[in-house]
Amino acid sequence: LPAQDQPAGKPVTAVVQKIEIQKLRQGDNLILGFSIGGGIDQDPGQNPFSEDKSDKGIYVTRITPGGPAEVADLRVGDKIMQVNGWDMTVVTHDQARKKLTKKKEEVVRLLITRKSLEEAVKHSKGCHPRQ
Amino acid sequence: MDTESTYSGYSHYSGRSRGSHRHGERSRDRHKSRSKDSRSEKSVTINTPPAEPLLGDSSVRGEQVQDDNWGETTTAVTGTSEHSLSQEDIVRITKDLEDSVGLDCRRYVTRTIAVILGLLVFLTPLAFLVLPHILWPEKLQSCGTACEGLYISVAFKLLILLLAVWALFFRPARAGLPRVFVFRVLLAVLVFLFVVSYWLFYSVRILDSQDDNYQGIVQYAVSLVDALLFIHYLAVVLLELRQLQPCFSVCVTRSSDGETRHYNLGQLSIQRAALAIIEHYYCDFPIHNPALLSASKSRAAKHLAGLKVYNVDGPGNNAAAGMAQSQSRAMIAAAARRRDTSHNELYYEEAEHERRVRKRRARLVVAVEEAFTHIKRMQEEEPKKAPGDVMDPREAAQAIFPSMARALQKYLRTTKQQHCHSMESIQQHLAFCITNNMTPKAFLESYLTPGPTLQYGKDHWLGRRWTLISEASVTNGLKDGSVFVLKCVDFSLVVTAKKIPYIQMSEEYIDPKSHKFVLRLQSETSV
Repeated sequence: LPAQDQPAGKPVTAVVQKIEIQKLRQGDNLILGFSIGGGIDQDPGQNPFSEDKSDKGIYVTRITPGGPAEVADLRVGDKIMQVNGWDMTVVTHDQARKKLTKKKEEVVRLLITRKSLEEAVKHSKGCHPRQ
Repeated sequence: MDTESTYSGYSHYSGRSRGSHRHGERSRDRHKSRSKDSRSEKSVTINTPPAEPLLGDSSVRGEQVQDDNWGETTTAVTGTSEHSLSQEDIVRITKDLEDSVGLDCRRYVTRTIAVILGLLVFLTPLAFLVLPHILWPEKLQSCGTACEGLYISVAFKLLILLLAVWALFFRPARAGLPRVFVFRVLLAVLVFLFVVSYWLFYSVRILDSQDDNYQGIVQYAVSLVDALLFIHYLAVVLLELRQLQPCFSVCVTRSSDGETRHYNLGQLSIQRAALAIIEHYYCDFPIHNPALLSASKSRAAKHLAGLKVYNVDGPGNNAAAGMAQSQSRAMIAAAARRRDTSHNELYYEEAEHERRVRKRRARLVVAVEEAFTHIKRMQEEEPKKAPGDVMDPREAAQAIFPSMARALQKYLRTTKQQHCHSMESIQQHLAFCITNNMTPKAFLESYLTPGPTLQYGKDHWLGRRWTLISEASVTNGLKDGSVFVLKCVDFSLVVTAKKIPYIQMSEEYIDPKSHKFVLRLQSETSV
């Protein structure tokens, strides 16, 4: 379906982590060193990283070894929730790409979520009862 | 097996429908069924005389509904089978004599009745038209134009009726069935009542009062002929059309070797269905070959023969029960021990047999192909050879037969078919194949695979005499789960009927514009 005909996104609650990536200049391009997959115009069933196969969010599918993303501790399978304040949960693939590759920005601040974050929070909550 | 040549060409059998009556054979059935009466089942005989065309000479006059076969109505219609026991042997010895006498009687009776009814029906309209002229000619109004037009109408309708009756009822009888053909009887009764009621009306209103309106009388006659045509339409629907739509799927299994076929039948009575199945049997089932069953019989005999059971308990025991018990136990025990070896033997025996058959077949094929190369069809343009050299197909067959005879005979012996084919029949078949330019493979086809029973000579049509064994009355219709058995001399056909289910179909409309597709994308972009 085209983007404007997509059903509205549902409210999402997640534990997120902030990751700041410095873009690397390679010739005329600024690269981040990872690949994204997903989007509201893509087929969510083929996403190997999502838990819920109807999740049309943007996921990190590959990390270039030694690239800026790896340095910033971005991992494969992370779901990108925001890029520089722009929402990434209900965007098309192309919109996501554009938000990440703005030529004027040299730094991107991502909010990402991954499963291990949730578990770490649960674990810490369990071990240390509220004080 | 009796050769029932006396029953040939009788039973008019046109169409199939519920209930059937095959006349002539009923006295035979009576005797036979009397002898089988010890069982609770009713057993009636179906006989299938060879299909000679009915000598329609006597029946060419306009018979309305009848052919010669439904004399059963005059004799006892039902319950011929429930009689006391009689000695089977005596019955069989005298059966032919009595049957032929009884048969002729019944045949003549039915014929007579059919002729009478036919004449009555055909001549009634003519009588209606002619009687006023004879009885009160002076009072009668003259026949105007419209009335004379009706004459033509009557004439042509009677002609059409004649042709229609001939087409529907004057067909060679295919079989003799045990019971009355209910629909035919009903139709005959209907026609009779109808004609009688017309006569009644005519005699009271027209003859007595000497009506002078001749046109009215002619119209009355025309209405009679019209109604007779409609009755004929009813006959077509009841006798021919009703059972065309398949309603049941019957499964027919031969008891001797398990050969099974499935057929679709319409709504028929059990005896009509049995007749249909027998006709299919002759065309579809491979010929019954008792020689092929000898292997399993010998195995069974071996199981029993190797056991000797001694009654060690002495004569004081209840001999019969004790014997039976000990025997059965001993047999089961011995069978359990024997199981190890007999299946092994069977396996190797069958493998060996298979190999032998294939070898013989290869030799046969080569021999036949070589034999066929020895003769050639003579072309017209060739210079005429000496008369001694030119052969007709029979002589050509005889000339090349010896070179393949041995291989063929050996093959037939190995596959246990040698009794199905006589040398004469093989030579005839060879001449036939040569005449029709068949290849050796085509010639061999009838020997390599067992064909349907009709393909073989008449003496192989085992059991032109069949017995129908059924728990339900044979004039009842087929029902879901009906089972009956058609018994013949050597084997029997077990028939099970299943109803074709009612099909509920619903409709779903697909808009042609609704066929839309999307790509399943999974792009991966590196940033």
